Order: sequence, then C-alpha cells, then structure tokens
Amino acid sequence: MQLQEALQELITKMADDELVIGHRNSEWTGLGPVMEEDIAFSSMAQDKIGHALALYRILQEHFGGSDPDQFAFLRNAEDFRCCHFVEMPIGSYDFSLMRHFLFDHAETVRYQALAQSKYAPFQHLAGKVKGELKYHTLHADAWIIQLCTAGKESRERMQAALDTSFQLAGGIFEPGPAEELLIAEEIYPGEAALYTQWLGHISPVMEKAGLVLPELTAPVYGGRTGKHTPHLQQLLNEMGEVFRLDPEATW
Amino acid sequence: MQTITTLQAVYNSLEQVMDPEIPVLSVLELGMITDVKVDIEGVHIKMIPTFAACPAIDIIKENIKNAVEKDLQMPAFVSVDKEVNWNSNRLTAEAKEKLRDFGIAPPGRHEGDVSMDMLVKVNCPHCGSENTYLRSPFGSTLCRALHFCRQCGMMFEQFKPLS
Repeated sequence: MQLQEALQELITKMADDELVIGHRNSEWTGLGPVMEEDIAFSSMAQDKIGHALALYRILQEHFGGSDPDQFAFLRNAEDFRCCHFVEMPIGSYDFSLMRHFLFDHAETVRYQALAQSKYAPFQHLAGKVKGELKYHTLHADAWIIQLCTAGKESRERMQAALDTSFQLAGGIFEPGPAEELLIAEEIYPGEAALYTQWLGHISPVMEKAGLVLPELTAPVYGGRTGKHTPHLQQLLNEMGEVFRLDPEATW
Repeated sequence: MQTITTLQAVYNSLEQVMDPEIPVLSVLELGMITDVKVDIEGVHIKMIPTFAACPAIDIIKENIKNAVEKDLQMPAFVSVDKEVNWNSNRLTAEAKEKLRDFGIAPPGRHEGDVSMDMLVKVNCPHCGSENTYLRSPFGSTLCRALHFCRQCGMMFEQFKPLS
C-alpha cells in the first residue's frame, strides 16, 4: 500500500466514525432525559457531523474524492470504515454517555496528535477541532463523575455500561494495514500510541468516578476493513432515506 | 486612491452585516472576516466560521455577498478561508461589550489555550455577580454555553471561549 492510499484510508475511517457517532448522537434529539442533555447531544451531533464534513472535503479536494454528501449518503455498509462502537444503537442513557466519554477522549488524543502532523490539512483541522472537543470531554467527564457518585444503582449501571463498552471502544484503535508508512512520515503516531495516550486521559476520570477499568482482552475489530454489525446498514438506510429520493437535488 | 476608497466602502458595508444568531454583532466585530481584496473582477472576501459545524455559514456568506453587491454595485465573491481558524480572541472589545448588553457573557481573553477556569468562572451579564455555575457546556447555538446565576436567579448564556 502506498502512502497516499494509507492516508486516504486513515481519513475515511476517521470521517466515518464522526458521521456515524454524529448520527447516533442526533437520535437523542427530543428524547434526552433533561432538556440540557437533549441540547448537549444535539450540539455534539452537529459538531461531529461538521468534523466528518471537513474530513470528506479533504478527500474530495486532495484525493479526487466525490462530493461529501454523495459520499456520506450513497455508500453501503461494506464501504464504510467506521468501528463497531459508533454503530451500536443508542441504547439507554448510561451506554450513550459512556460511549460519548470513551469516544470523545479517543477523538481528543487523535486530534492532539494531528495538530503536530506533517500533513498540513490535518494540522489545520486539528487546530480547529481540538478547542471544540474540550467542551465535549468537559461534558462527558462531569456526567460520568456525577452519575458514578450518585448512589449504588447509578454507579452499578455506569460500571455495567463501561464493561459493555470497553472491548468495543478498543475497536477505535484497530491498526490500519499500512500505518507504519504514516508513522514514518510523521503524519500520525499510529493506533497503538493513541491507545496508550487515551488510557492516560480516561484513567484519572475513572479513578475519580470510582470505576474499575476492564482489561482490553478482545477489542472488537472489523469495522476498518468493512465488516460491520447489521446496525450500520439500518442506520445508513434511515440516514440516507431522504437524500436517496433525489441525489441530485439542491438543498 | 480609488482602491483605498473602495476597500473602506467594503468595510462600511460589512459593518452592516449582522450575525443571524447574534443580531447585535457584525461579521467584522465577530472577527469572521480574514481578507478583503478588490480587483477588476469585483470584491473578494474571505471569511471563517466561529465553530466548524456552524449551520449559519451559508446564510452569512449570502448576506455578505448581497450587502456588498448592493452597496458597491460590483460583483462580490465570498469564500471560506482555509488558512485561518477562528478563535474567541478575534472578538473586538466593542463586540464583547455589545454581547454583555445583549445578555450574553463574553469570553475572557486566553493566551493560546482555554483553561477550565475560563469555561466555568463567568460573571453574570445581568447583575455582574461571580456567584455563577456552568449548567451545560452546550446552549442554543454551538458557540454558546448555559450558566446559572445564584445571585439573581437567572439563567444566562456565555459566548464560549475557543482557542
């Protein structure tokens, strides 16, 4: 695999993660347990989809990719490179919050690394996204600590959500087929390095919250090679339903 | 001389283009304009959104184009500047004052990095009290957070500091 191809693969998987988690976040619109949370998940959805759009634009402008809307709405599941974690249905609020916490810290370490990237479009985008993500992790950390220290049932549910999420979250860091090329060119530090940094970010919050960190024994891989859960195709069908009625329409 | 006069006219026109979500602030006061050039084709304006996913960006671009074309009677081309990122230090001092009068707490000035204190410790724009708390980092638009003032019992919004 050539460098250009490896870079394209990295951008695609990052963008697909953002789009799919963004859509999942948006499913809380109108359903959040309190109004502030409804607004929070809707706002984060908007941010994530904005990040996806910025990454799809890089593909379009630097790799001869297709129009971002067409790329987002017309591909089928097997062409997506998102991890299984983001595909999972929103479930109950404890799962969605835990996913938000684990995913957004992973996104933070990724963009912090990309701010130092030798690939200029990454460096520029990371500068923008890093600042925005601070609000996402602030929100996640506050709720994780709040709910984990709010009594027995609450704590147990959050621990259960963490246990359910952890192997899935490991799938965010599924290594790419040619990431050594990207590491050698100092485009990004590679998934293993990001995983270690991620643990460094989430551990202090978990400690404060009294959560027991599970061991990563069986990270859920497959998403990065186009193997997905059935949930993804269902999500894509719903997300693209209107767009597919008339893909040439101007909005 | 001609060019200088025209540039000034463009800026005068931009002063009248308000942000659709914060109608007391112009795109200039918000620090959204990064470059203005005038050549034989017309006026070329570069601008940046506050937050990457700002949904108002197309409306703002359109408003800028319409205002400049109407005032200067020449074609205007508005594009998003990909070289510059917006950060909250781009708000002018007057803009911060107007925000406060509008009931939105302005962001404090940061030194390249936004500290947790800057997000959490915000004076109430209504009564000036420091006795407030951050209720949610997400408000009615991407660029605002929700706070509550214990002193006057009012909810208020803050224009988020962004590095």
